[in-house]
Amino acid sequence: MVPNKRGHMGEKPAYFNEMFEDGACRPPYAGIEGWANDMPAEFRSLKQSEAEALFRRIGITFAVYGEGGDPDRLIPFDMFPRVFSTSEWRKLERGVKQRARALNAFLLDVYGRGEIVRAGKIPARLVYQNEAFEKAVVGFKPPRGVYSHIVGIDLVRTGPGEFFVLEDNCRTPSGVSYMLENREIMMRMFPQLFRENRIAPVENYPTLLRNTLASVAPEKCEGDPTLAILTPGHFNSAYYEHSFLADMMGIELVEGQDLFVEGDYCWMRTTEGPQKVDVIYRRIDDAYIDPLCFKPDSMLGVPGLMNVYRSGGVSITSAPGAGVADDKAVYTFVPEMIRFYLGEEPILNNVPTWQCAKQDDLRYVLDNLGDLVVKEVHGSGGYGMLVGPKSTKDQIEAFRLKIEEDPGNYIAQPTLALSTCPTFVEEGIAPRHVDLRPYCLVGESIELVPGGLTRVALTEGSLVVNSSQGGGVKDTWVIAE
Amino acid sequence: MKLHVSHSTRYAFDPPMRGVAQSLRLWPSTFEGQKVQRWDVSIEGGTRGAGFRDGAGDWIETITFLGPVGEIVVNVEGIVETENRSGLLKGHREKVPPMAYLRHTDYTRPDAEFKIMAERAIADGKTGLDLAHHLSSLISDAIKYTPGETDPSTTAAEALASGNGVCQDHAHALIAAALAANIPARYVTGYLHAQGDIAEASHAWAELYVSDFGWVGFDASNRACPDEHYVRVGSGFDSIDAAPIRGVAQGSGTEALSINVSVVEAAQQ
Repeated sequence: MVPNKRGHMGEKPAYFNEMFEDGACRPPYAGIEGWANDMPAEFRSLKQSEAEALFRRIGITFAVYGEGGDPDRLIPFDMFPRVFSTSEWRKLERGVKQRARALNAFLLDVYGRGEIVRAGKIPARLVYQNEAFEKAVVGFKPPRGVYSHIVGIDLVRTGPGEFFVLEDNCRTPSGVSYMLENREIMMRMFPQLFRENRIAPVENYPTLLRNTLASVAPEKCEGDPTLAILTPGHFNSAYYEHSFLADMMGIELVEGQDLFVEGDYCWMRTTEGPQKVDVIYRRIDDAYIDPLCFKPDSMLGVPGLMNVYRSGGVSITSAPGAGVADDKAVYTFVPEMIRFYLGEEPILNNVPTWQCAKQDDLRYVLDNLGDLVVKEVHGSGGYGMLVGPKSTKDQIEAFRLKIEEDPGNYIAQPTLALSTCPTFVEEGIAPRHVDLRPYCLVGESIELVPGGLTRVALTEGSLVVNSSQGGGVKDTWVIAE
Repeated sequence: MKLHVSHSTRYAFDPPMRGVAQSLRLWPSTFEGQKVQRWDVSIEGGTRGAGFRDGAGDWIETITFLGPVGEIVVNVEGIVETENRSGLLKGHREKVPPMAYLRHTDYTRPDAEFKIMAERAIADGKTGLDLAHHLSSLISDAIKYTPGETDPSTTAAEALASGNGVCQDHAHALIAAALAANIPARYVTGYLHAQGDIAEASHAWAELYVSDFGWVGFDASNRACPDEHYVRVGSGFDSIDAAPIRGVAQGSGTEALSINVSVVEAAQQ
């Protein structure tokens, strides 16, 4: 890639403030300006502890996807909502859906004829030598040709109309329970805000998810499909979310030992005897899903499940093998996928990315470490990364050695000027950097609820929104103009 | 050549298991030089699941047993017509891109020894089919066919270090050497109509992907490429992935395994 984003932050490191532009309140936030300014400090801290108590009571204490950290720690909730106008959202929605379509087309293709590789649009080795490429599903077409049924797309904003995709999550993106709970708690604490503003609802997400899962039932399934969520168990950091979603959808939450394979199907043990399961929303990694196909010593999976899946007796969402589309090295090629499969120009931008595996890119990265964000190709959660502008000289030099040792393990991106959203802090209200993860559902149709999970870097000046690094969450509004 | 295969696998569980699930990869396919005339897999008890052909071209079925399971007997019997194609796998229907086999598992991880072996071979100017043959004979030289010295959990690196092994070790080691030379390689299971000293009727070897030729079989145990004496059944990354029978049993009992295989010329019966 040609390094064209040098000094992206410009001469003055100005950040786009989503609420105030040149001192004036931007229209999407007009409905809450008074509410925020007029709130007495005592009332605010009272509400803040009320919110915390509510979160504790419902038990939502898990970490967001792959972030690690203490699973019992409460992620701070900031009551100041993050607001989008309907027209801003429409563009985002089109961009997110476009991306979800292209990612699924890519998955169907690389497990089929591999046209995109033959056309030379993506290097074969990035696809077929990728650890997440599953030989076991080559040639298998899942119902409706969908591999990734829940696509979580991490976005940041740098200007009024400028959005960048940081990464795609095609396997089991978590955090959607925060989107729902944040809204629930805001409505409970500030009902008048929801009376005064026309805020698009997100609470139909579980219904849409349920419909999406049901729409990819295997052909062999007659009548209403039986759905279940397969969880690794209560020790998993996202267990709360698994049980929450099962509850909201009115479907069973099962562990591997609750399921078994017999004949052409997968069955669930119930008090009324075995019941056939048609669609499994699994929150277990591929490697653990079936000891007869993957890791032989996995105790979490269901022996024989992959055979039932591949002979059309059960659907698994997301489909095993979906991870090859959300690899950080494959990410670079998503705009190509959009052009190749959809014949469209990408609506959302990728962040320019340097691959340290390439000589020219590596040289540029090593020469500009102080300005760049460097990440491990397979890492996640803000661990093992370098934020150049926020690092000391010693930290940069230590990181330089790590990159030189194994360049192929690193990619680098410019330090993006992440937008800020007003946030309640000890001193009052102050801007803090935010990102956004919307959850796109792909089945018979493609659906996106107007909202998502906004994460906020609570530390002043910090650009790292991960909850393991001091991040919090906000309710995300799409408001009628 | 017309080969008659009969293969019986018996599992005895003591005490009986609560349940057993098995994935079977026991059906040879038809391609140039191999024609399946008749093939039966019979298992007493249990419930068979729908079969399917995977991307590598293997037919797979599931069988499950509800407890108490004291014994499972899997009987395979059939007749396959074979011709010598010098190890070349032609006309075999499969969809997995060869490059997907450029990855190692715990069994086939190339350690420094394999890397040195591959580097030297390449430095000697070996390429293509020549390089594949060369690596295969290097493995034959480095690992002496010695039953009883290794076990099913022995890795390629361990077998190479010990200098002894059986067909599984030769296949794993050749895959490791091939991967070190950036050649896609995989583990193949099948049957051998044995004539020489090495009487492994239930056999395993490796296939290496050579440009212009495609997949080519190499049996380092016999210093040969598969010919009309071989019946090819299935493939995978390693012995676990390619296993003819892969099973999981629920229970705390011990498992005793006995296998009986015979491969004879059908005309002689």
